[in-house]
Amino acid sequence: MSTVTVQLFASYAESFGTTALQIPIKAGASVSDLIGAIRALPGSEIVRESARVAINRQFAFPDQVVDPSDEIALIPPVAGG
Amino acid sequence: MRRAAVVTRPIDPAAVMDEVRSREFGAVSMFIGTVRDTNEGRRVSSIDYSAYVPMAEAELDRIMGEASEKFGVAAIVVEHRIGPLGLGDISVAIAVAHEHRAPALEATSFLIERIKEQVPIWKLERYADGVAGWIDPTDLVARP
Repeated sequence: MSTVTVQLFASYAESFGTTALQIPIKAGASVSDLIGAIRALPGSEIVRESARVAINRQFAFPDQVVDPSDEIALIPPVAGG
Repeated sequence: MRRAAVVTRPIDPAAVMDEVRSREFGAVSMFIGTVRDTNEGRRVSSIDYSAYVPMAEAELDRIMGEASEKFGVAAIVVEHRIGPLGLGDISVAIAVAHEHRAPALEATSFLIERIKEQVPIWKLERYADGVAGWIDPTDLVARP
């Protein structure tokens, strides 16, 4: 097991009451696995299964592997403009 | 020239236009987004914009690259403001220049649509009745 840091923003930061989560993951864990682990935490009620994750400042695919050295963020529904 | 920035200062649309304007182009197309006083029938008093700034700027760069390729436009500037904005304030300015109007207009429309879909920027709308709500374009979530 290793730990990844997941940055939170906007409604997610408010819901979890923090701007970053430390999530333990197994080697080879995917973005889907990470979202599953986050959705098991208190405060995650507003995080949908289809939530978007960014790895190294780019939207990641659900089967993409997560590495502790990555910059990871959970992206709430965007509303720019 | 292409430039994208997330800024905390007021946006100067004339300055954004001047960056793309050039003798080689016969058309400059602009989109200016401003803070509206109502949403979903509620009176809005202000909007707090926030962003994952380094990713937002990277996404803006990627989107400008797509627009450049798709419409053959080389001159694009996008500025998006974050922080507390009042009614009527400019939240986003897009300027595109091209030899001719059609690619400039089409690229401008493409850019604002893509920005709304995929740039990590968020709005906390504050209403006149003191309530605030995060804007989710797919599901408006208000909180007491």
